[in-house]
Parts: sequence; structure tokens; C-alpha cells
Amino acid sequence: MIEFDHVHKRYGEHVVIDELSLRIDDGEFFVLVGPSGSGKSTLLRTVNRLEPVDRGTVRVDGEDVATRDVEALRRGIGYAIQSVGLFPHRTVAENIATVPRLLGWADAAIRARVAELIDLLRLDEPGIADRYPATLSGGQQQRVGVARALAARPRIVLMDEPFGALDPLTRESLQHSLKTIQRDSGTTILFVTHDMDEAFSLGDRVALMLDGKIAQVGTPLQLIREPADQRVHEFVGGTRTRLRELAVRSVRESARPGEQADGDALDIAASLQDALASMLAQGRDRLPVEEHGRPFGVIRLVDLVAPRP
Amino acid sequence: MSQGGLPKDARRVADDSPLPVIVLTAFGLLATLFGAFLRIAPNRLLSGHAYSPHAWVLAAIWGIALAGAIVRWPGRRIVVGLLAWLAMTGLPLLAGIDAHAWLMRAAASTRVQLGAGFWLAWLAAALLLLDRLRPARRVVQVVAWFAALVAIAIMAAAGALDGLALVREYAAQRAPFADALLTHVAIAVVTLAVALLIGAPLGGWAWRAKRGGGALVGLLTFLQTVPSLALFALLIGPFAWLANAWPALGAIGFGGTGAAPAVFALVLYALLPVVRYTVAGLDAVAPEALEAAHGLGMSRWQVLARVQLPLGWPVLLAGLRIVAVQTIGLAAVAALIGAGGLGRFVFLGIGQGATDMVLLGTLAIIGLALAVDFLFQGLLALTETPA
Repeated sequence: MIEFDHVHKRYGEHVVIDELSLRIDDGEFFVLVGPSGSGKSTLLRTVNRLEPVDRGTVRVDGEDVATRDVEALRRGIGYAIQSVGLFPHRTVAENIATVPRLLGWADAAIRARVAELIDLLRLDEPGIADRYPATLSGGQQQRVGVARALAARPRIVLMDEPFGALDPLTRESLQHSLKTIQRDSGTTILFVTHDMDEAFSLGDRVALMLDGKIAQVGTPLQLIREPADQRVHEFVGGTRTRLRELAVRSVRESARPGEQADGDALDIAASLQDALASMLAQGRDRLPVEEHGRPFGVIRLVDLVAPRP
Repeated sequence: MSQGGLPKDARRVADDSPLPVIVLTAFGLLATLFGAFLRIAPNRLLSGHAYSPHAWVLAAIWGIALAGAIVRWPGRRIVVGLLAWLAMTGLPLLAGIDAHAWLMRAAASTRVQLGAGFWLAWLAAALLLLDRLRPARRVVQVVAWFAALVAIAIMAAAGALDGLALVREYAAQRAPFADALLTHVAIAVVTLAVALLIGAPLGGWAWRAKRGGGALVGLLTFLQTVPSLALFALLIGPFAWLANAWPALGAIGFGGTGAAPAVFALVLYALLPVVRYTVAGLDAVAPEALEAAHGLGMSRWQVLARVQLPLGWPVLLAGLRIVAVQTIGLAAVAALIGAGGLGRFVFLGIGQGATDMVLLGTLAIIGLALAVDFLFQGLLALTETPA
């Protein structure tokens, strides 16, 4: 659990974080989204004390971070950044093992954990563990960066635009990996991005941050359907909010069980956006839906246009 | 790490240019024709007359090499390189044999000195070898130079060079020479250690406090402009006063003259490069890696030991190489304030008018500087980053 309690911070005259209070629950994938300069990165960095606060308190699991030993605090919190910051003189395996080494894990435990993470983050190219970061692609480097953040099984992970510099395909693949890992491990993730699509596809809850304040916090659907004010509405997508809504809702909610149709089947976990794309690609207005590979029912074009509540 | 800024192709073109070979062989030819190969002096203090027994034979060889350099033909690089190596080792041997032959029929006090013609031709041969070895692999370079060194050492050990005045000077000074060499090395090592101990933390501070760092570098740059001779002289007063004020300091060899003020002055000169290269080394570490290191919970010392030092070390080492060579050169001047070292021979030789003694000290200092440079190059090769 992470709590921000009336956190205030300024650089000179400029207020970066303005009396901000926020609570992130255990096991939540929480996304801070906002334009550059909105203070979202600074807020994230107050959690592991890379940025001190001027007023207010930041609590992790009920404990004020300012009172904790700073190195112990940071070792207990995963940290991944956009520029990755891998150590160029260390191999992939050594990079991943950074925090477990700092914590004094046994060699065997470290080896096992590194192997597990290499597998988990699909860094499955043979011999990759012994290569140096400079020989990896950008996507592979960020996978190593994420693996390093997760290495010591932290209960909280902070991620500062980790996928911002990647191409769309690589980014999507990494988002998928991260979401799966987060769901399976129950890790609390505080994730910063300026990309609204990324925020909505990853976040259980999303906070839109503007000028050092939280403009609105809620589930992606809440932000889309009930924007708190005009600014939130604009940020969420203006007239195109309905398209965004398709991206955050799943086929499961709208599928009609039992019916049958022709065409390539959709998985029930797919988004309505995927369903629309598939219908456009196949030139059909209805498609079969499968659950775990078995027929479930049908989704129709009208279900997308006028979704049932 | 690439050597020099030239792209590979440009370097290859530069290597193929016959110009360095033409210039160097022409230089060797002129030195052989117009410089004295040996000088025969009645004793070690008087100057002698020129004696160049095989000038025409040597000139012919240089001439052929020059002609070969102008005309392009395959295998040119290897043949010219081999000739240069043979000249480097053969010229001293020839000089030794000539000296021996002359001394057989001369008075005991007679000295056969190496003349300007010999030195210049030998220098030309060394530079030629350096030029021809440039594109070769490091192993080949090391082996070639080492083999030349060993060949000359074997000649010296076998007594083939005993007739030369330089060698006789050394034979007469064997014990003081070893003593001076040790002192010289000791002064350099202590200077380097102290400069590193003070300079590295100062560099770290300068790196963090950008503005204060600029002021520090400015001050150290100013110190560099003080002539070494003047600095040594200036330190005599304060150090003598210190030794008087605290007799305990005097008891451990502290005083206006001697090793203490010498090391102090040399450290002052060494600080600028140490600080500069420490800053450059810290700058060589990617800020993202530092951010990650802090964010993952490394303490300041862990960041230093595990990230900054391994990544910045090659740059710092390159700086230490410069400091070491500079210190060995400057330490020669320290002999003037009684610090000892190889500079003693230079100043003693100047005082007596004994050229060979000056030469003995100078050559030893050059050799020492080259050896240290070589040592640091080896260390640098070891620290080259993987991947």
C-alpha cells in the first residue's frame, strides 16, 4: 500500500506537487498519466525518496518513508526507468541480480531467480544471460530492466515510462508480459506514462495528473464515461472517447452465449476494439466467440455500437 | 577503444603513404653522411674528434632504403621494417666493435663516445620501426620492441659494448646508479600515490560541485604554470621552517632540501591531471546507470565501487599514465634540491663537463619513462571494456 498524504513539493517558485493525497491499494496496477511537467514522475520518485518532499508524508505499508533507512527502502521497491540504465560493464544475468546481491541472497537462489526472470520476460535467446547490454536490442534491454526491477520479488514496483522509447509492437508485447506477471504475482505497480492508451490498457485504476494535482482518479471506464470536468474529457480523448471505451471493455461483457456464426473466432478476453478490427478485416458484422478454445457464443456489430450496460 | 580519431579507411590510406619512410630514411642518410658516428676523446672530460669508419657503407644502405621507399613494390613494409629493426640493434653493435678496435691501440684514458651521427641515425631507425609497426597487431609490436631490447641487452651483457664511453661511465658508477634509479622510482611512486589519494577525492568533489570544481581546476592550472625549478626553490624556505618548528619532522628526513619538498612539489604538479581525469572518468559513467544504481538501493560507496570505478577506471588510468611519465621527467629536476634520483647524474655531469655522465642520467630517465608508459599501456589493455 502506498499513501500520499498532503504531499507538497516545489522547485523554486514552481509548485510541482500541490497538496496531493492519494492511496494505492495492495496488488493494484495503478497508472499515473498526464502531460510532461504535470509532476507525475516527481510524485513517483518521492516513494523511494529519489525526490524529497517539502511537506506532507509518503507512506509505504503504513510507514513514513522519510523515517526508513533509504537504502533498505529502495531495495524493497522495484524501480524501472525509460532510459533503462543497465550497467554496461555487467552481463544481463549480473544486471538482473543487482538487488538480490545487495540483499545478500545465496548464489544458488540468485541463479534460480535470474533463470526464472529470463524465462518470465521471454528473454529466451540462447546465451543471452552472459551477454552485455550493448549487444541487446532496445526491447531486450527494457525487458532486462524490468527483470532487474522485479528480481528481489518486491511487493511494490515503480515504473517511470519504462516503454516510452520502444516501437509500438515491442511496447505492446512488453505491456502484455508485464500485465501477466503483475496479475500472477499480485505485485503493486505504480506506473507513470504520458500515453493514454497505455494507461487505459494497463491500469486497474488510472489517475490523471495535471499541474501537480490529481484531476481525476478511477477505473479507465469511469474516466471515459464520467469525466470530472472538461479538461479530463479532453485528455481522455474528446469526441473519440467511445473508441477508447472499446479498447478498455472486453468481449465477455457483450457476447451473446449460445449463438453461432461463421468466421475466425475471437477469444472472450479480447477487447471490443479487437472485435471491431477483426470484423472490419473479415468484412463480417458478427463473429464467433471462444472461451479457452471452446465455442462460447457470438458478438455482433450492434453490440459494439450500443453496448449493453 | 579505437586508437585515434581517424576512421579505419583513412588510417589505412595514411599507413600506405610512403612519406614517413622517405623522410626518415633521408634523415638517416644525412645523419650518416654529415654526423660523426663516434668521437674519440683523450679523456672523459675533453671533447674529441669525429671518427666515422664505415660512413659510406652505412650511407649506401640508407640510400637503398630511400630508393626502395620511393618505388612501390610488394613486401616493402616488411623489408623496410626488418631493416629498421636491424639498424636499431646493429648500429650499437657496430659502434661497440669499432670502439673496442680503437681502444686496442690507444691510451687507457681514451674515451670513444657515441657521436651525433650515431644518435640521429639510431633515432631515425627507431621511428622507422615505429612507423612500420603501426598497423601491426599489438602482440607483434610488443614482440618486435622487446626483441630489440633483449638483443641490445645481450650485447651489453656479453661485453660487446664495453668500449663505449657511456658503458664505461656506467661501470664506474654502478652502485650510485642503482641507488639513484631506486630513489627516482621511489619518488615517482610516492608522488603518484599521494596525488591519487588527494586528487581522486578532490576530483570527485569537483565533479559534484560543478562551479567549485571549475575554481579548483583553475587554481591547479595556475600551479602548472610555475616553473618547476622556481617551485623547488620556493619550497626550501617553508620546509626548512617547518623542520625547525617541529624537530620531530626533521628527524624523519623532513627539511628544506631532500625528498620531502621534492615530493610535495611533484604532487602539486600531478594534482591537475589527476583531478581532471577523475572528473572525466566520472563523466564517462552514463547518468542513467547512476540513476538506476541509486534507485535500486546502492549506497554511495557501493555506487562508487560497483558502477563509477569500473566504468571510469580506464579514463583515470589513462590520466595516471600521463601523470607517471610527467612525474618521472620532473623528478630529474628535484635532484637540484638534494632529492637524489637520476637527475643527480645529469647535474653532476653538467658540473664536471662530462657529457657521458649527463647522457647516462638522461638515457636512464627516458628509459624509465618509456617503461612506465609501456606498463600503463598494458594495464589499459587489460581494462578495456568487454563486448
